Amino acid sequence: MTSRLHRTMQGLAAGAFALAASAMPALAAPTPNNGDTAFMMMATILVLLMTVPGLALFYGGLVRTKNMLSMCMQVFATLCLVMILWVTYGYSMAFTNGGGLNSFVGGFSKTFLTGVDSTTLAATFSNGVYIPEYVYICFQMTFACITPALILGAIAERIKFSAVMLFMALWVTFIYFPMAHMVWYWGGPDAFGNASAAVKAAEAAVAAATDTALLDAAKTALITAGVGEEAVKALADAAAVKAAADTRMGEVASDVGMLFGWGALDFAGGTVVHINAGIAGLVGCLLLGKRIGYGKEAMPPHSLVMCMVGAALLWVGWFGFNVGSNLEANAFAGQVMINTFVATAGAALSWMIVEWLAKGKPSLLGLVSGVIAGLVAITPACGFAGVMGSIVLGLVAGVVCFVFCSAVKHAFGYDDSLDVFGIHCVGGVLGAIGTGILVAPSLGGTGIPDYTSVPGTLQVGAVDIANQVMIQAKAVGFTLLFSGLGSLILFVLVGLIVGLRPSEEKEREGLDITDHGERAYNY
Amino acid sequence: MKLITAIIKPFKLEEVRAALTELGLQGMTVTEVKGYGRQKGHTEIYRGAEYAVSFLPKVKIEAVVPSTLAAKAVEAIAKAAKTGQIGDGKIFISPVEATVRIRTGETDDEAL
Repeated sequence: MTSRLHRTMQGLAAGAFALAASAMPALAAPTPNNGDTAFMMMATILVLLMTVPGLALFYGGLVRTKNMLSMCMQVFATLCLVMILWVTYGYSMAFTNGGGLNSFVGGFSKTFLTGVDSTTLAATFSNGVYIPEYVYICFQMTFACITPALILGAIAERIKFSAVMLFMALWVTFIYFPMAHMVWYWGGPDAFGNASAAVKAAEAAVAAATDTALLDAAKTALITAGVGEEAVKALADAAAVKAAADTRMGEVASDVGMLFGWGALDFAGGTVVHINAGIAGLVGCLLLGKRIGYGKEAMPPHSLVMCMVGAALLWVGWFGFNVGSNLEANAFAGQVMINTFVATAGAALSWMIVEWLAKGKPSLLGLVSGVIAGLVAITPACGFAGVMGSIVLGLVAGVVCFVFCSAVKHAFGYDDSLDVFGIHCVGGVLGAIGTGILVAPSLGGTGIPDYTSVPGTLQVGAVDIANQVMIQAKAVGFTLLFSGLGSLILFVLVGLIVGLRPSEEKEREGLDITDHGERAYNY
Repeated sequence: MKLITAIIKPFKLEEVRAALTELGLQGMTVTEVKGYGRQKGHTEIYRGAEYAVSFLPKVKIEAVVPSTLAAKAVEAIAKAAKTGQIGDGKIFISPVEATVRIRTGETDDEAL
């Protein structure tokens, strides 16, 4: 069935399930749209651009000259390591059914990408629209790569390279892959639509018990929904079909990650990426302790130009991250795009203005920090908020993150070297909670996606702001606890195995020379 | 022979060089240095972390001149490097025992 046929069917609204049932007996494999495929490939590469060189330069510019290469090296090596882990077992752990543990983590059925080839497909957010599974794997892989790399900013300039490698392998395995599963694993729009269509067809058959045509249609719908043909044939009457359809609907609705099941909204990774990495960073910096000389010696960024280049590349790449999370190059992607522009600009301006008022001068570092804070905050909300809502979210994020990075950090005295907690975790929490508010259509939001009330179409569900905010808060709280405690255990474990910190002498000398045997600038 | 060591504001270097060349001086050595005098430092703020920067960038000029020229050279530097603001720098004069030009083996005033 082509997507064009499907879109025509969407237009038939209420009658869609009957037509769907008759049109789909010989369910042909959907063909991915070339435009969607090309778009997702470009989006994937843009997310790669965020990590290298974006994040490497952004972080590298913020450290001292003697640790520039170590920062770049840690980011780059983490990226390569996670790519291999992702295709080996990470994708399977995140995006397959995990059996008894399915609420928390996927299984191992696609380990070594078993069963995946260039013809297999991954669902998007529109009924009947698919993208090649390889492209989806690559897209999600770039997310798995950048998230652990974000943590490095909090523990910069004082962690051994061997500890970084071991920690990253453990962290993605025990924290990131399960988190991605819990938030993003679901059966896709067609699984929900087909199961719901079967339920409605069965209801119609029950209502007109003598109509065999309706009963046949209900049975066909049930097969389409994924129930075996033999099992369907064995069903005696409409009531049995209805029961089977209800069971199937229940299966589809429960074959999702835990946070997805709660109804938590996270379009591009506020919980999975930013809160997750941010809290891990805070735990890491508390456990490692401060850099030698922190608070006594000056530790200014060694190159704010590189920092600016890195932040600019992050913004450019973030369009792949946010807009690509739409998974289709359709009209809605445009809304995600404009949100990613304006929320970021808003946060950059609000950070700049608050800094100007509080510290006397508007700094470039403040402006680009605001850019990152805005991008982080809009990440979960970019596919749910309206344009004006996004600006408000950005403005708030710039101010709150500024307070955390300049006042709260110094008040508590922890050495979150490059403000991973203050920007990614705090901005992520703001964005996640804000999503629950800004999704409301009365505030210009999109409403909550609903694939079941009119099967085969994407409807807008009603939003109860208070309820949605509670769900979002629950998801945030869970992520903070899960990632915080999990990261603590892993940091301790790595400390026991290889040790976390280099010797004092090596730290003073700089990790470029002592860990990597080279220096960033030879002139 | 006298060694003239002048610490000046970096942006005054070109004017000082021009003034000394006009006097007929054949060369000088320039180093980028940091230091402080009465000007003290300034404050830099990075994401709310304030650093007092005590050492400011300056340029150090070293030139060895025949004793007869020393007073004029000092006067020329002082005139060219002056802005009237705090932080203009200082000039030190010290005696030099001997000079050798490596290429020719010439010594003292001939080597300058």
